[in-house]
Amino acid sequence: MNARWLNLVGLGLVGAVGIAFLVLVPRVFELDVVLELTVYMIMAILALSLALIWGYGGILCFGQSAFFGLGAYTYAIAMFNVGESTLPLLLAVIVPAAFAALLGYFMFYGRISDVYLGVITLTVTLILFNSVNSTAGPEFHIGSARLGGFNGIPGIPPLNFPGNKAAPIDLEGMFYLATAALLATYFGLRLLLASRFGRIIVGIRENERRAELLGYDPRAYKLATFTIGGALAGFAGCLFANWGNFVSPTIFGLAQSAQIIIWVIVGGRGTLIGPIVGCIGIQWLTTALGANQPSGGSDLWAKIFANAPLIFGIILIAFVLLVPKGLVPTLGDIGQSLLASRGKGAKRLQPKRAEES
Amino acid sequence: MAAPLLQTQDLSMHFGGVRAVRHVNFSLAEGELRCLIGPNGAGKSTFFKMLTGQLEPTHGQVLFRGKDISHAHAHDIARLGIGIKTQVPSVFDGLSVRENIWLAANRLHSGDEARRVVDEMLQRVGLANGAERLVGQLAHGQRQWVELGLVLATDPELILLDEPAAGMTHEEVNKTAELVREINRTKALIVVEHDMQFIRMIAKQVTVFNQGSVLVEDTVENIMRNPKVRDIYLGKQAAA
Amino acid sequence: MDLVALLTIQVLYAIASLALISVGLAIIFGMMRVINLAHGEFLMLGGYAAIVATNHGTSIWIAMLVVAPIVVGLIGVIVERTIIRFLYGRMIDTMLATWGLSLFLVGLTTAIFGNTTVGISAPLGSFQIGAYRTSVYTLFVIAVAVVVLAAIFALMRWTRLGLIARGTMQNANMAAALGVNPSRVYAITFGVGAALSGLAGAVLAPVSGVFPTIGVAYVAKSFITVIGGGAAILSGTVSASALFGTINQIATFVTTPVFGEVTLLAAAIVLIRLLPQGITGRFFRRGL
Repeated sequence: MNARWLNLVGLGLVGAVGIAFLVLVPRVFELDVVLELTVYMIMAILALSLALIWGYGGILCFGQSAFFGLGAYTYAIAMFNVGESTLPLLLAVIVPAAFAALLGYFMFYGRISDVYLGVITLTVTLILFNSVNSTAGPEFHIGSARLGGFNGIPGIPPLNFPGNKAAPIDLEGMFYLATAALLATYFGLRLLLASRFGRIIVGIRENERRAELLGYDPRAYKLATFTIGGALAGFAGCLFANWGNFVSPTIFGLAQSAQIIIWVIVGGRGTLIGPIVGCIGIQWLTTALGANQPSGGSDLWAKIFANAPLIFGIILIAFVLLVPKGLVPTLGDIGQSLLASRGKGAKRLQPKRAEES
Repeated sequence: MAAPLLQTQDLSMHFGGVRAVRHVNFSLAEGELRCLIGPNGAGKSTFFKMLTGQLEPTHGQVLFRGKDISHAHAHDIARLGIGIKTQVPSVFDGLSVRENIWLAANRLHSGDEARRVVDEMLQRVGLANGAERLVGQLAHGQRQWVELGLVLATDPELILLDEPAAGMTHEEVNKTAELVREINRTKALIVVEHDMQFIRMIAKQVTVFNQGSVLVEDTVENIMRNPKVRDIYLGKQAAA
Repeated sequence: MDLVALLTIQVLYAIASLALISVGLAIIFGMMRVINLAHGEFLMLGGYAAIVATNHGTSIWIAMLVVAPIVVGLIGVIVERTIIRFLYGRMIDTMLATWGLSLFLVGLTTAIFGNTTVGISAPLGSFQIGAYRTSVYTLFVIAVAVVVLAAIFALMRWTRLGLIARGTMQNANMAAALGVNPSRVYAITFGVGAALSGLAGAVLAPVSGVFPTIGVAYVAKSFITVIGGGAAILSGTVSASALFGTINQIATFVTTPVFGEVTLLAAAIVLIRLLPQGITGRFFRRGL
């Protein structure tokens, strides 16, 4: 059972790297770096949410940012009303999950085809963006939380230790929380995918009709997958609202949705580690290029390099045309063929299976 | 006579103006093995799709053990006990042979029991060696066996086989015929096939489809002598 | 009574602008089964082309009706030859690649023109309906939509190009059977679709202004119009535009423009759920 061993070694490696990262980063780096890394961890959870529903569930969702934004907004609104963070955190998972369940029910039980799923999820994201964007007036409030329209909601209170309002989690604490949450999400999804449920959703992705003829209801499985993905994205949104103490409607924007798609494509569909790598890599690249800062120079090249959409666009086109499987699976293939050509383990090594890593 | 296992009443399927299946009254007894023949476009595959819930009949009924399943979902029909091996093998290409069979066995069994059933099935369809290979990388004949394994692992009462011997070598055809006879000891089957040699090896009763309806139903011997059947279908085949 | 007249004009305008922004996409989707997510950016480029040409002294009419379609049409052909043609038959990948193209074009125009709205003032002034004033340009947009749709109808109905186009819609091998190089048909189709989008973007530029991310406002609306319309390019676009334009304008009138748009999008989702094949999948199947 070589494949199984490889699998366990991989898991161990991810765990070891993850824990080392968790322990070492705050001791080695300055707070600003820790803060930056915290948002990478949060976004990686968001990447995993799409990795699940698209990479394994085969559901193309162009609106993953809708659930992310709903999570962030739900947390913010609930926090202003409740004050203690346990309930807001729960709501920030439940509300997006419920929304995903409703939307999923509408789409999957309506037998809407794959391509239209993309268009519908994209449209829903735009509806949310437009609606929230236009709630700037004071008449738009939920309880004591003003929605703020395009100005967003500033000054969101941070998470506190469960039950204790007076003990908010500080910036370093957020790093630990986000990193631990990412590790928990990763291993949780590994477990899920190794379970009966996980194997069935991969089967449905591979051949929906066959799964149906074996007696599985693809609609129910897709709905469950979509809902879990919505919950995870909502959770990431909650952490994100915490991280910046701020949310604005751009969180629902198409640019945000495009980013999530790019992380998964670059890292590789059908893997979990790939989208994490893709997410962190792209985020790092964005920071390194200073893409989010207004560019100072008048030089066109400087403007181009500081221009996130342009770089993202090129990356997306290039990957679809040249590396459609994504980095991790492609590297895996190259590694395998190298091993095979050396004559070593060509027999022992199992073919790359769809749900590894 | 006992109540039939499967019965269709006035079953019809229209695609726009094309009447692919019209007014088919068909009946299959418990444990029976029936062959379905007919020229291409006679409506056999459409008929199978209606029996398995992949198509909803335009009108008429499908009764399985007396229960109307004409408008049931494909997955519910599968759970009632009708399994199908399609004409072009429909399998999980990105998964290994073992994972394929497991997905089927898993519906009825769990844990060690499921693993045992998978091993047994791998033996039965002759795929125990190379069970870890990706199904997408197998040859056509082997993919047929994988699909048959999938169907058998869900332990259906009635198995529909759409051209099980197509594209197989002479030896494989013999092996398939043997397996079909073995399956028939415990299950009912409907087999669509063109290969008369194969049909003679497995069947007693044959139903002939032509232009969407049942032309005639009789024993293999009588069918082969029937001039009407020769006209529409066997003309070429009998000569070969 | 004046209000009714005004509202009628506004509904007609909403329908006409929807039809204008969608028809290029409908041609590309209907004939090539390509979902071009950079469609909104084609409209945006049309707007910029018109504005740049006008600023360089071209007459605004030439800039909108000639320069913009030609420029964007050429861009369309280049895009088809460099990206799309490698992805035929891979619908999802085409969507992703054109989404990348959309981001790229947004980034490029931001780098060149900056992230601000530029505009050209609408020509033609305004006229009075009782107590209300409305611009003559509104009527011009409606007229352009009518002319464009009529031209497409004539082209499809009575020319060899139209015959080939209809053949390809029915069956992709048809073009080959007619002795036409299919890859040329695709390049031309994509170019024509892009040119019409450029025209629409230019004609609407004086109304909405142009900025690099304006495509986002267009893309969902044009998609749902095309999908809502279904397979038939012309009758689909017209019927879906009529339905959605009316809904949009009435909701806008009752609430606000933003919620008018939200209502439009929500209505479209419901329609797609009820009629997955679109309006023309259900009705007027034999239309163009």
